[in-house]
Amino acid sequence: MNKLKVSLALAALLMLDGCASERIVLLPSADGRPSSVVVRDASGEVVLSQPYAGVKRSLSTNTPYQSAPEEVRERFALALSAQPPRPSTYVLYFESGGNVLTAESQAALDVIRKEIAERPASEVMVIGHTDRVGSVGDNDQLSKVRAEGLRDQLIEAGVQADKMEAVGRGERDPLVPTADEVDEPKNRRVEISVR
Amino acid sequence: MIKAHQVALCALLALSSGPSAFAAEAAGMVKVAKGQVSIERNGKKLPAMVGSLVEVDDRVRTSADASVGVTLRDNTLLSAGPNSLIVIEKFAFDNTTQDGNMSIRVRRGTLSVASGKIAKRTPESVDFHTPTSVLGVRGTEFVIEVEGTGDE
Repeated sequence: MNKLKVSLALAALLMLDGCASERIVLLPSADGRPSSVVVRDASGEVVLSQPYAGVKRSLSTNTPYQSAPEEVRERFALALSAQPPRPSTYVLYFESGGNVLTAESQAALDVIRKEIAERPASEVMVIGHTDRVGSVGDNDQLSKVRAEGLRDQLIEAGVQADKMEAVGRGERDPLVPTADEVDEPKNRRVEISVR
Repeated sequence: MIKAHQVALCALLALSSGPSAFAAEAAGMVKVAKGQVSIERNGKKLPAMVGSLVEVDDRVRTSADASVGVTLRDNTLLSAGPNSLIVIEKFAFDNTTQDGNMSIRVRRGTLSVASGKIAKRTPESVDFHTPTSVLGVRGTEFVIEVEGTGDE
């Protein structure tokens, strides 16, 4: 009799487990950096900070649990397989003061053009940057000229204009932080993000 | 004379109908679509295919054998499995300042997320909702499952 009660209780527990109405699982981040998700409901919060840490909701409660790659594959295979290709970012460098690419960067343009052509429904963001030589206003202008110049080169290379957007961020986002008026080749750049 | 009236009327209509007269700025684009996927916008159901734009307030719906992948303008990757209903409740992103915010709701089904530039720069302005909980993210990839038949 007792045995029956225990197995009924077990069965009930198993059913509850299977009845989780919501489930959230943290995955390892692509760049390997630590990451976390905070799950809040009316009664409090659960922090997921290790890969495959999860939360299951049943009986109106979020309960932490440890998921695993197999479970994620089983429940989320189709969602994960529909994930769009990761955006990729290229950085091209300029000769000082103007709108002329370095020779290596000129050569890299061909690779970028190819990737734009191969991605499904590709979109391109061209972001221009400068070093800190010159005024902030002039550098905003120069970074925009660099971005638009590159966009135009890509258009000439056959990329559709309406896929692309060009913006300038001036000297406010240096790759290598420097004092004002420092000539820093690594900061004279355009980032091209293809998504 | 008639022409002048028409012009005035058009101008008036354009003014009175306000922002809704203009296309909403896109939040993202469909990059992967398998099976029957639709976008519900202003009460209309539109088929979603590779290259379709996704806008704020859109409801993205997949049928029993379908899945869909969307890249938002800040490089967030969203992908939903079968029988899912995902709502883009808020999305704004300024390419120049890189400021923005987003709020995505999972009504039902499965969603996988790889967060993008907004979550990197201002994680506090990104949240995901299930019917019962709110998720805050810190530079993250994760999956969400909501069972049931929630349709609203």
